[in-house]
Amino acid sequence: MATDAARVRRTPGEAGTWVFIFGDMTVFAVLFATYLYYRAEDPALFASSQQELNQTFGAVNTLLLLLSSLLVVAAVRAVRDHRGVAAPRLIAGAMACGLAFSGLKVVEYGEKISHDQTPATDDFFLYYFVLTGMHWFHLLIGLAVLTALIVITRKPNLTARQVSFVEGGACFWHMVDLLWIVLFPLLYFVR
Amino acid sequence: MFGLRVSLVWGVLVLATIVSWVFGSAHAGVGYRTASVLVIVVAFVKIRLVGLHFMELRDAPLALRGIFEGYCLVVGSLVLGMYLSG
Repeated sequence: MATDAARVRRTPGEAGTWVFIFGDMTVFAVLFATYLYYRAEDPALFASSQQELNQTFGAVNTLLLLLSSLLVVAAVRAVRDHRGVAAPRLIAGAMACGLAFSGLKVVEYGEKISHDQTPATDDFFLYYFVLTGMHWFHLLIGLAVLTALIVITRKPNLTARQVSFVEGGACFWHMVDLLWIVLFPLLYFVR
Repeated sequence: MFGLRVSLVWGVLVLATIVSWVFGSAHAGVGYRTASVLVIVVAFVKIRLVGLHFMELRDAPLALRGIFEGYCLVVGSLVLGMYLSG
């Protein structure tokens, strides 16, 4: 295995993509802290409202995003190895996982709202909807990015800039996965 | 298609998700507080794995990798600290 010194270090995607990714991750860090701040004000209420969440939705969504991330990693490798037909199919698979996540989110939100659990119910549900809603918004942007990646990776020969765009788009999708990995336990388990 | 390292990392992430699910929902014989600390620590170890191996920050310039490692450490400590003091 190559040592750190021997490995060639390179930035995946364009540098600007990382400004955007770290910016988004910082916004979410503030949201995590805000959630914990208000939770500390009334831990009993947060614990009892949290009991109303269906953890299975959150866990299945975590597994869906992990699977989508793996498919995106494989797609980036296919692009680098010039296996033209594989990449768009793998990205389409990742999009299917993202769409399934969205489908479950619709069912979960619908279930909550039908039980009169809305952002107006209490502080827990306010932050539950704000945090999961913000994350879902990023996932929908991620699906648009993946659509663009399918269009690009269907071309027979990609320029270095296009390969870089594919890498940056892949990293954005991994960020969507990464943020959910923290949000899920924070909202559904931590009490 | 994925390589051995990425496959192993993915397996660890799936396993960690299931372990957190069990500890988080049933607490597996430990108290709420221990289970909560455990799922927070596991979550930040997981995101570090995603960053290093899926986002390929493992092979990124040290500055970029350092920002990411710093994020995991600082935000992880902040979340854990705010939970424990809350």
